[in-house]
Amino acid sequence: MAGPGQRPPPPRIRDGDFVVLKREDVFKAVQVQRRKKVIFEKQWFYLDNVIGQNYGTTFEVSSGGSLQPKKKVEETSTETKEAGTDNRNIIDDGKSQKLTQDDIKALKDKGIKGEEIVQQLIENSTTFRDKTEFAQDKYIKKKKKKYEAIITIVKPSTRILSVMYYAREPGKINHLRYDTLAQMLTLGNIRAGNKMIVVETCAGLVLGAVMERMGGFGSIIQMYPGGGPVRAATACFGFPESFFNSLYEFPLSKVDSLLAGTFSLETLPSEPKDIVLVEESNGALDEKQTSLQEAEEESIAEVVLDSNHAEDQETMEVGTEDPEYKDSKDKTQEKQRKQEEQRKRQIEASTLLNEKNADGLIVASRFHPTPLLLSLLEFVAPSRPFVVYCQYKEPLLECYTKLREKGGVINLKLSETWLRNYQVLPDRSHPKLIMSGGGGYLLSGITVVTDNLKADAGTLDSQKTEEPSSKKRRVQETQC
Amino acid sequence: MSFVEYKDLIKDGDTAIVFLGHGSMFPVRVQAGGQTQTKYGVIRHSADLIGKRFGAKVTCSKGGWVYILHPTPELWTMNLPHRTQILYSTDISLITMMLELKPGSVVCESGTGSGSLSHALLRTIAPTGHLYTVEFHQQRAEKAMEEFRAHKVDHLVTVRNQDVCKNGFGVTHAADAVFLDIPSPWEAVGHANAALRVEGGRLCSFSPCIEQVQRTCRALEEHGFTEVHTLEILLQAYNVRTVNLPLPDLGKGATADAADAPSDVAADSGPPPPGMAQFKSGVPLKEMVGHTGYLTFATKSLF
Repeated sequence: MAGPGQRPPPPRIRDGDFVVLKREDVFKAVQVQRRKKVIFEKQWFYLDNVIGQNYGTTFEVSSGGSLQPKKKVEETSTETKEAGTDNRNIIDDGKSQKLTQDDIKALKDKGIKGEEIVQQLIENSTTFRDKTEFAQDKYIKKKKKKYEAIITIVKPSTRILSVMYYAREPGKINHLRYDTLAQMLTLGNIRAGNKMIVVETCAGLVLGAVMERMGGFGSIIQMYPGGGPVRAATACFGFPESFFNSLYEFPLSKVDSLLAGTFSLETLPSEPKDIVLVEESNGALDEKQTSLQEAEEESIAEVVLDSNHAEDQETMEVGTEDPEYKDSKDKTQEKQRKQEEQRKRQIEASTLLNEKNADGLIVASRFHPTPLLLSLLEFVAPSRPFVVYCQYKEPLLECYTKLREKGGVINLKLSETWLRNYQVLPDRSHPKLIMSGGGGYLLSGITVVTDNLKADAGTLDSQKTEEPSSKKRRVQETQC
Repeated sequence: MSFVEYKDLIKDGDTAIVFLGHGSMFPVRVQAGGQTQTKYGVIRHSADLIGKRFGAKVTCSKGGWVYILHPTPELWTMNLPHRTQILYSTDISLITMMLELKPGSVVCESGTGSGSLSHALLRTIAPTGHLYTVEFHQQRAEKAMEEFRAHKVDHLVTVRNQDVCKNGFGVTHAADAVFLDIPSPWEAVGHANAALRVEGGRLCSFSPCIEQVQRTCRALEEHGFTEVHTLEILLQAYNVRTVNLPLPDLGKGATADAADAPSDVAADSGPPPPGMAQFKSGVPLKEMVGHTGYLTFATKSLF
């Protein structure tokens, strides 16, 4: 059959690639480097052996931290199963397992394979045969999880990274749940060819998601607070260099002057020192957030992500420089070159913004959304969607009201999504856990040509947007 | 206009969305000499639409006005002529992200139905991807192709009129993702497997009933799919209201003054009536969609 089946096979895992480690439902983003120790789910290993393998390959951790590719295993339990029907005679005396802690440790130290340890545990469990088939299943699953260290290397995607961030570091992405991010991309009509404005303090995850959906077509202007955009999560996507050609950045602190027409290059930070200082404060902020969560998370994961961050900043050329090398002449020249580059990009960004014809605005930050929206919508063309994320509902209520007052927007919608996971197994299907409240809220709408005639107040638009007063009263009454 | 590219000005032949306000809107096919009736009067296409900017306010014959919007898959979903039950944007969002769709993706879909999801898929995979969509109902298949042409996305899509459970998608080892919205998806899992690339890909099946999900999950495992996850997503929408609650009279009488009242008043909504406390609230809609369908996702992996 004809079709685009002739595309070259996807590239194999290379040294330097950004990949995601997956064990069960736990993810961790790392960069592949030879002889670099990686710690994941309380195990350490080296990634040397994954180089040259296909994405999606499953590995087993063996002694010495090397990863060995593992083929799919046939279900081992072919023997006739023996199982109980209920647990009326199963007593928890704490003695059902005949192997002691020391025995198990000895098995592990001998380097015995995980699946064999699980088999031994089953054989030495006096109650296993009396358990129901479902309970046996559950027992095996639990032990496998503990003793069989199976890791799959997958290619990063918005799906994987947003699920990972929400599980591991929700504080860094303002608790933006992955289904909420999915809504943003759709409501914002993100696609190839757009000219998008993005404001985010979600470690660059939202930016990465937008970049993935645009596939290197069109342009993105990232408006950043402080000394530079944070793109730690963006780096994890492993986008090709070409995707960054049309990615611009512009400081939020210059928006007012740009809108007032007083923006000039001279107002841009000229001392490299400034940039370094702000970068440092950015880092400090990251650390603060980290320490908040450290209790519940592996601190090692943070280190990896943070180191990604640092690398990212270099590849993006946003001017992180190690202050220790300030004296070095080469470094100074390099810094000047980078700064020249940065200024050039900012002029380009300001030109793009000044055209006031952006195809959409995406906001997901820790800042109050109202001032961002009121200013940045000026840069958006009419009949284009915009989406604002906020962890809390109240600021969006205010934003809604202010946007209504200002005009130039229609179809305003405040919403939230709930996500429910299901366990689907024969005779054991049920919802797993409800996630609600924690995924944040969205305010979305569409821009329209601004009405210049203020005299029009009280006509159709206001009729449409405001509840009739009689209706309003009725609402009050029902609240009483 | 095109569903995969923004244009500034309205042209003859475009599909545009007439926005009447309060979420009320409908699509219109712009035609020189054409007319469209609204409750605010008639819109004359040649004079009122063609050459105007998308997003412009158009005054109708009775003096009322409407906004004319550029079509997007989301607006189309809200306004398209239903030939079947359709998927809405909330589910579509999750499907698109969990199938890892992006420009260049090759997607198989069945059935095409009313094309609600198809338009969203085309938006995401353009300009370099392709959609192979299979619809066993001949009239629906033809109607869908007609719409794709009118919306200038037909170069990105192949519509096949066949039974996906018997004949598959008509492509082998070409797709990055497969989406199933059919009554018996378990019968199409084998075909989905064949349609997906050898290196692997993602699958999603949408079913309203849990029994369908169970059979699908079993079929997925039998065909070696991994990462089988079933999700449900619900949209909660809020109305933004200014609410006034009366303050109780506790007999304080003349000694009490306004200072005692909770003063968390939004400055923009005017002072509250006397004896009232005012606040802004996001009030859930009286009714919300409680269930559309279960979304089962799975990965085809190399081994």
